Amino acid sequence: MPDEIDRRLILATQAGLPLVPRPYDALAERLDIEPQEVKARLAAMLASGVIRRIGAVPNHYALGYRFNAMTVWDVADDVVDTLGEQVGALACVSHCYRRPRHLPDWPYNLFAMVHGRSRAEAEAGIAAIAAVLGTDCRAHEALYSSRILKKTGLRLAE
Amino acid sequence: MRPLPEAAELDATDRALINALQGGFPLCDEPYRAVGEALGLAETEVIERLRALLERKALTRFGPLYQIEKLGGAFVLAALKVPEERFDEVAAMVNALPEVAHNYRREHAFNMWFVLACETPAAIDAAIAEIEAATGLTVYAFPKEREYFVELKLDAG
Repeated sequence: MPDEIDRRLILATQAGLPLVPRPYDALAERLDIEPQEVKARLAAMLASGVIRRIGAVPNHYALGYRFNAMTVWDVADDVVDTLGEQVGALACVSHCYRRPRHLPDWPYNLFAMVHGRSRAEAEAGIAAIAAVLGTDCRAHEALYSSRILKKTGLRLAE
Repeated sequence: MRPLPEAAELDATDRALINALQGGFPLCDEPYRAVGEALGLAETEVIERLRALLERKALTRFGPLYQIEKLGGAFVLAALKVPEERFDEVAAMVNALPEVAHNYRREHAFNMWFVLACETPAAIDAAIAEIEAATGLTVYAFPKEREYFVELKLDAG
């Protein structure tokens, strides 16, 4: 688990890295630790998975991906993990999870996010998933987003 | 509430930079210089373009992406079936909670989908109870049981 210095480093970077030529030095100064320690702690959190990656998060709408579908699939429990890995490997899928059903209202247990610059591109992605799942899928739906109601991302309390 | 935004105008250099920066930002003393060298850009141009892309919201953020689960916290996807005539009122109630990290309208009987991000699993349960009490609607929670793939790598063209 992260210690107190890691927590301070997370708080200092959760909104983003400093946009200055020596960003890790700037963080070190702010946290009153050595620049080498900033880099070592970030590397350790990357290795342990606390940090998934360091990079840019594109706004998919701004990049022209306006057709964003949460596709949901009712897949037999004994094969969902094997098939989920295969669906996740498709280039058109950005996130893929197994989640609980809520019967009878919600029979779907496999969720895959598909992004397209056109409806046809999104539908081609959905067809690719359907081809992977074949007859192991009993039903599916695509829920397209039509409005962003809120998007602030994670914020740890100060 | 925001309608879906239009695509931003990005030039070829912006696109190359976005594609290059989707992961693996270097942990060296002058990382922007290192990224620029690989793309044939000056360090100052990398920094200024990043700043502009963030200001124009072509990027939602730039930096380390943390996994709250590894910090002892939790993300939970949840949904509501909101009667159409109450949609805006319920959206305001849900968005008022700081635990709600994003919220989308989707075209389905389950028409509101939001993500709760909390530092403890108990805080997720409390947030769900608060939304149910405020709205009088059932919250359908979809905690992730298994993750097969997560990598938002979009081709900026």
